[in-house]
Amino acid sequence: MSDAPAIDWTNPSKKPAPDPGPDPEPGPLYAVRKAVHPQRIDGPFRRFKWLVMLITLGIYYITPWIRWDRGPFAPDQAVLVDLANRRFYMFGVEIWPHEFYFVAGMLIMAGIGLFLVTSAVGRAWCGYSCPQTVWTDVFQHVDRFVDGDRNARMRLDAAPWGPAKIARRGFKWTIYLVISFWTGGAWIMYFADAPTLTVDFWTGQAAMVAYVTVAILTATTFILGGFLREQVCIYMCPWPRIQTAMLDEKSLIVTYKDWRGEQRGSVKKAAKNPERYGDCIDCNQCVAVCPTGVDIREGAQIGCITCGLCIDACDRVMAEVGRPRGLIDYATLEDCEHEAAGGNVRSIWKTLFRPRTLIYFSIWGAIGAALLFALGVRTHTELTVEHDRNPPFMLMSNGDVRNAFTVRIRNMESRPRDMKLEIGGLPDGLMWTDDTARADAARSIIRAVPADATQPVRVYVIAPSDTVTQNFTFTVTSQDEQSEQDAAEVRFESPEN
Amino acid sequence: MANKHQDAKRVDEPTGTEFVGHEWDGIEELDTPMPRWWLWSYYACIVWGIVYVILYPAWPLVEKGTEGVLGWTSRGQLAEAVEAAQLERAPVLAALSEIPTEQLTEYPERMRQAISGGEAAFKVNCVQCHGAGAAGSIGYPNLNDDDWLWGGDLKAIEVTLQHGIRWDGSDQTRISQMPAFGRDGILTREQITEVTSHILTFSGAEDVSPASLRGAELFEANCAVCHASNGTGLREFGAPNLADKIWLYGDKRSQIEGQIWAPQNGVMPGWQERLDPVTIKMLAAYVHSRGGGEAAPVAVSEPAPAEGASE
Repeated sequence: MSDAPAIDWTNPSKKPAPDPGPDPEPGPLYAVRKAVHPQRIDGPFRRFKWLVMLITLGIYYITPWIRWDRGPFAPDQAVLVDLANRRFYMFGVEIWPHEFYFVAGMLIMAGIGLFLVTSAVGRAWCGYSCPQTVWTDVFQHVDRFVDGDRNARMRLDAAPWGPAKIARRGFKWTIYLVISFWTGGAWIMYFADAPTLTVDFWTGQAAMVAYVTVAILTATTFILGGFLREQVCIYMCPWPRIQTAMLDEKSLIVTYKDWRGEQRGSVKKAAKNPERYGDCIDCNQCVAVCPTGVDIREGAQIGCITCGLCIDACDRVMAEVGRPRGLIDYATLEDCEHEAAGGNVRSIWKTLFRPRTLIYFSIWGAIGAALLFALGVRTHTELTVEHDRNPPFMLMSNGDVRNAFTVRIRNMESRPRDMKLEIGGLPDGLMWTDDTARADAARSIIRAVPADATQPVRVYVIAPSDTVTQNFTFTVTSQDEQSEQDAAEVRFESPEN
Repeated sequence: MANKHQDAKRVDEPTGTEFVGHEWDGIEELDTPMPRWWLWSYYACIVWGIVYVILYPAWPLVEKGTEGVLGWTSRGQLAEAVEAAQLERAPVLAALSEIPTEQLTEYPERMRQAISGGEAAFKVNCVQCHGAGAAGSIGYPNLNDDDWLWGGDLKAIEVTLQHGIRWDGSDQTRISQMPAFGRDGILTREQITEVTSHILTFSGAEDVSPASLRGAELFEANCAVCHASNGTGLREFGAPNLADKIWLYGDKRSQIEGQIWAPQNGVMPGWQERLDPVTIKMLAAYVHSRGGGEAAPVAVSEPAPAEGASE
């Protein structure tokens, strides 16, 4: 196994030597991953990556702890997915299961948002804000903190196992585990009251599903972030493959400007023979800093998450050797061809604002506006009515016709409210419920509906024997200053047609 | 495909990988090795499979399958779930058994629980005759309406459920026997027609006629003792109200005449020995809740002497 030629899939430029023998050995059945040890780098893109990491991790860890007062009848957690009670709270918005279209709409917006970002700035999601990228970045900084920078880590990797290496590895993996546990632990806070859950979790009183979720997420974070890293992007994630179909010649991608860089050669060689050599001094800094271990000079590839760290590295080198920056840069294929043909560098704004990005943006914005509109006009009072199917109608002993309905009055406010249920149409119709007497039958009844609840009421509607089958309406009106209303049209069935 | 052997040696320039030799419309397959962790995931699956086969039922054999060391069965899982559900229901059932049936309406929460429990029991035991919506059919009473042969308050319904109607399995069963006026020669065919004419005037289905006036005398002599002179019936005997719009055996003249000639006397089994008292109580609550339930007679809620009076 150990003598099988290892193929470096993250760095296709290093090809295994072609087999010269007439009857070649069968190829390897699997490829060993070549570890990626990115070197420390500073620069505008690295600082932007820090900022995005700070914001995304900040949102992830802090959000469940934000409090939001909703009164005594609702939880005071700003963002809460209350699976047991089937409610989703997000600051001032509370979503019930039947309003799941809000969540569906947000997911569609997230999808189209990815299209928008991809068409405008390429794989920016992959490069900066994808959780796999963020956590890989965190773990790579742990590597750097424990084992030192690129060269020290490569030496340690190659070193035989001994007490010092075991101690270092043990320490590093412990830190991995702590971070992973924190990742899983923060996730469950979105599904229950965070302070209560924290206490319950540590006193062994939380639900089994909480412990299992934390265990699974700890394991996946530990494995995906600590060890698999860029292999997730290259082998597992569908998004890079989808993006290969989405990128076009007008998309911003990280590009090595080969017409300017080639022929590669050291500063000394270039000084002797300036005609022959380009700007690339072949220092390999762009490869050394790459978190996924690709060589950007090979061109656009699936392993490139366009994080721009090689741009930082190259710009720094170019500054040192006194050549203009941007040998590696964010550029579109079209602009590259334009520049290669001798044209001037074009403005980035033309890439950002072109029909394709504007169309995506308008679709994205339209869905967002529609959701906001729906959110603005929705009432917190709803009514659904279900007619008894068996029997559809009943004859009473005096010949009156009775229909039975299951009426559900929904009070979506976090306070108890009185609700008035009325019959509209059906001129001689009266109703009573299964907990009131027929003698009290009336055209309208008032029910006290608890806070944030649906109250099912069995309603009997009775009408004289000569009433024909006809439609009528139930109307519910909240008995408060909002006076919210909802209505449902139903059928009154009768033997008379 | 034919020149596979030669192609196998060809190497793809950008990746340095050999071709397998398969080609479709210019798209060629490379012999790309999979990553090592992928191989590990296969081994992990194999290990998982071996562990599963040891722990759980897996291999079908001639008589039965292998059982697995955990001893898990789907029937066992069902039994556990049923047991857990019963355990959960136990406090509710215990509380319901404490409450006298006629006072159930004073405990709205318990009443709701009884109704839903009764609904489930109704679907198992009662729908065969009374129908899924409890609407009955000819010969089988509709339990949704406000017409009760033997009483429609909770206690009366419970007694009917316990002992049945004309049920030889209980000596406390509700019993009454309407004579076969025609078959046994008590009334002639014309007399039955006349009595029917009179009966149909109670509910206004027919107007008073010479025939109905002749029938009125016959009714007074033969029927009023149970059905009362004005036809409103008598619950002590389960004698139906003939003055309303509800006809257990049909509202057509021929159906009514047939019932007088040779009546069908419906039988309902008593459930006392088949169902436990709480289930019967819940069934009573469910039937009572169907829209025709009556309030308990005042006598029932009064102390001892009235107790005897209501028997």
